[in-house]
Amino acid sequence: MEHLVPIGLNHYLTISAFLLGFGLFAVMTRKNAIVVLMGVELILNAANINFLAFSKYNGGMGGVMFSLFVIVIAAAEAAIALAIVINIFKIFKSVDVSSIDTMKE
Amino acid sequence: MNNLTYTVIFYIFAAITVFSAAFVVLSRNVIYSAFSLLFTFFGVAALYVFLSADFIAVTQIVVYVGGILVLLLFGVMFTKSIMNPGLKSEVLHVIPGTVILAGIIGALLYTFYTTHTWMPSEKQLNGSIVERIGYETMSHYVLPFEMVSILLLAALIGAAFLARFDKPDNNKS
Repeated sequence: MEHLVPIGLNHYLTISAFLLGFGLFAVMTRKNAIVVLMGVELILNAANINFLAFSKYNGGMGGVMFSLFVIVIAAAEAAIALAIVINIFKIFKSVDVSSIDTMKE
Repeated sequence: MNNLTYTVIFYIFAAITVFSAAFVVLSRNVIYSAFSLLFTFFGVAALYVFLSADFIAVTQIVVYVGGILVLLLFGVMFTKSIMNPGLKSEVLHVIPGTVILAGIIGALLYTFYTTHTWMPSEKQLNGSIVERIGYETMSHYVLPFEMVSILLLAALIGAAFLARFDKPDNNKS
């Protein structure tokens, strides 16, 4: 099968570009705070794919270590953000990010 | 490494990742989005295996699927009744969002495919890298490793503190 292009760096970068675009779309257009969080997770995954792809074709370990730290930061971010979302729900009785217009109870 | 099976499996996982990510964004039901995100995370983990980052792939499954996705589902179920027919997420700014989506993807792909070809190094990562990750963590990355562990501890304590329920003797008002 000579007509198939061998899998290279561009393939991974393409997938990563799609994930970044979908994540940005979710962050921009969704009113539900949890779906916005899912968009942020998609963006972080896109960044991780880029790190690992460049690290593989460069031969260094910097990208691999950085992606490991990105996963840890994503876990911390998800925990904090969901705690905040639950507090917002307790106060406003909804998780609609466009209806939250005050920072005090 | 360039045989047909490898290529076909790569394209299958790439399609799973991209289409389930699109479904996360385009589905109006929050529960459907959350379960579609599961497939996205598994697809991304499979791509990590293709990138010879097996340890990162296992970490992805354990942390994302086992931790973050369960947390997101808890968030969905805490804030909405699961039987509620109104479990939809409204959309706003669809037109600018679509423009940004198409613009970002188009600009990135244009840049990737019209600039010069990449020049990969001769010594690419091959095989398992678990041992090298261990060496790197304990040599070059000791300080970031410890700092990120303290950060994670502080973040989890802070999350538990923020999300706690009020004690009965606290809400006198």
